[in-house]
Amino acid sequence: MIPLMTIKQFFNDLRRQKLRSALTMFGIFWGTCSIVLLFAFGQGITESQIKAQRGLGDNIAIIWPGVTSKEFRGLPTGRRIRFTEDDARLIRSKSTTLKGISPEYRGWNVNLRYKKQNTLRSVSGVWPEFTDLRNVIPAVGSRFINQRDMDEKRRVIFLGNKLAEDLFEQEEAIGESILFNGTPFTVIGVMKEKKQNSSYNGRDNRNAFIPSTTFKAMFSRRYVNVMIIQAHPTASMEATKNEVYEIMGERYKFDPSDKEAFSIWDTTKGIAFLKTFFMAFQYFLFGIGVATLITGGIGVSNIMNVVLEERTKEIGIKMALGAKKQMILLQFVLETLLITAVGGILGFVFAHALIQVFPYFELEEFIGTPRINMLGSIMVVVVLGLVGLASGYFPARRAANLQPVQALKLF
Amino acid sequence: MIKMKQVVKKYTTGKVEFTALKGIDLHIRKGELSAVMGPSGSGKSTLMNIIGCLDVPSSGAYTLEGRDVGQLTSNDLAEIRNKKIGFVFQAFNLLPYATAYENVEIPLLFAGAKAKQRKERVMELLSRVGLADKVANRPTEMSGGEMQRVAIARALANEPDVILADEPTGNLDSQSGGEIVKLFHELWESGKTIIIITHDSNIAGTAERIIKLKDGMIESNGTRPQ
Ligand SMILES: Nc1ncnc2c1ncn2[C@@H]1O[C@H](COP(=O)(O)OP(=O)(O)OP(=O)(O)O)[C@@H](O)[C@H]1O
Ligand SMILES: [Mg+2]
Repeated sequence: MIPLMTIKQFFNDLRRQKLRSALTMFGIFWGTCSIVLLFAFGQGITESQIKAQRGLGDNIAIIWPGVTSKEFRGLPTGRRIRFTEDDARLIRSKSTTLKGISPEYRGWNVNLRYKKQNTLRSVSGVWPEFTDLRNVIPAVGSRFINQRDMDEKRRVIFLGNKLAEDLFEQEEAIGESILFNGTPFTVIGVMKEKKQNSSYNGRDNRNAFIPSTTFKAMFSRRYVNVMIIQAHPTASMEATKNEVYEIMGERYKFDPSDKEAFSIWDTTKGIAFLKTFFMAFQYFLFGIGVATLITGGIGVSNIMNVVLEERTKEIGIKMALGAKKQMILLQFVLETLLITAVGGILGFVFAHALIQVFPYFELEEFIGTPRINMLGSIMVVVVLGLVGLASGYFPARRAANLQPVQALKLF
Repeated sequence: MIKMKQVVKKYTTGKVEFTALKGIDLHIRKGELSAVMGPSGSGKSTLMNIIGCLDVPSSGAYTLEGRDVGQLTSNDLAEIRNKKIGFVFQAFNLLPYATAYENVEIPLLFAGAKAKQRKERVMELLSRVGLADKVANRPTEMSGGEMQRVAIARALANEPDVILADEPTGNLDSQSGGEIVKLFHELWESGKTIIIITHDSNIAGTAERIIKLKDGMIESNGTRPQ
């Protein structure tokens, strides 16, 4: 009964006070839109950076040979420490915190040839586990090196996706034969495209990978170039590194605290830094968001206040004509709710639409895919709505609590 | 119908207290046409606002149709303003954004009237005050006389028994003022109780009784010009 008639009154008023409603709505719209976009892009950038960092591998460290810097049981400093594949096996069998390990032999300037295409590339000899360690994932319809390739020292090769494009252009690469320094190799796989923003050997998409056994046979190498270790997710990389120093120190007789006997690049530190950095970045965006909200809130409440005089008189007239207090307040609540909802939804939809057309700007590679945060967006609308409600409702309540004649005379 | 006993109204502005009504005793019968006169600042509007339940006395008793207004809740008072009393202001007090039609419709909305009923009633009222052709005009698109006629139509919306008019012709020229006065007479003839505040002794002369206020007190009460 009361609501019904108030609703009619409410729509009459809303229709009449187009400017006021439109301005308030725009305030809410603008606030919602900018904050949703802000957070969406912030999220997109963060995700894309973390993903790119993960292109190198999750929770891994890279080990290079080094030179001892401490005397150990009468042995002098300056001894060269290098690793063999057997060392990798030893570490695998002795370590308790290791999830995976792979040695990596490397040959630079390997001549790869397919028909008329000819190129000099870096080729790595690795174990099958390398695919998981380094996130070198085979694309659909292809595979990485497996144990049989290893056991039989097969002449098979896995290509980075850019390299495959360079050699094969549009043609199908899998199953084709290419010449590896003149020796025919069968292409077993092409890497699935990935983001990678750090490396120790160029981008994986430009390199090629063969079984370590095949590599060793072809190049007759004794020592590997690097080893890649992956710590178990439940263990810390720190513990795994210490284990490796212990195991290798015992095998090659050097002090396990001699960190120069070999060097380790712990990529988890980079990720940790990146995470901290982007955490700070998110806080920064949050700060801007809060500032925007405050500005928007002030805007909304200003609009409400500008019309306060007009509104108070209006409330006085309505009360003189028999409006009950609840009707007047209900009208204000409905008005704020509707304006907020419409403004908020429009802002949200507009932000969403902008994000939809976004990829066409071709910036995606640098700032990632913006991602809308539902909860955050709803919170923005709620906060702006509350501000609007507070700045519209409380003066209205004050006016409605007066005697009608006081409201009529207030200004 | 309207009974007042020792009604006092005090206003406090800052630290200064001012007594605008200093103990009013008044009795107005159903169907009377009264004029309220008195110098500016004598308390005419203050009295009228209390009669119309737009304000409450500081002390004293006011009974309207046998009900003690001092005991009523704010919702009861709203109901009385909506159904029992029609108030016409000197400054019209129309909603500026609303058309003549919408302004007249407001009391009907608050009374919960159905759409069809509202439409018929608004059209009837506007024709009665001679504004059938101005339903869609907003206050800015009407003359003072027209605005006051809209205000009268609005005051009549829920068939109130009492019509209160605070200087209804104060902002009008003598011709439109005359038309408004004529409207009040028609209403009186149809049985309504009417109180008009006026400075115009010609208008007051047409009333049944004249209530004269001075300094917040009734100077003469119920002089019936015969
Ligand atoms: N809200 C208020 N606060 C303080 N004083 C007030 C208030 N309203 C009226 N007064 C004072 O009360 C006195 C009576 O005012 P009122 O409006 O009733 O006079 P009036 O007889 O209607 O005068 P006029 O003929 O000029 O309309 C005046 O002196 C006025 O200053
Ligand atoms: Mg007055």
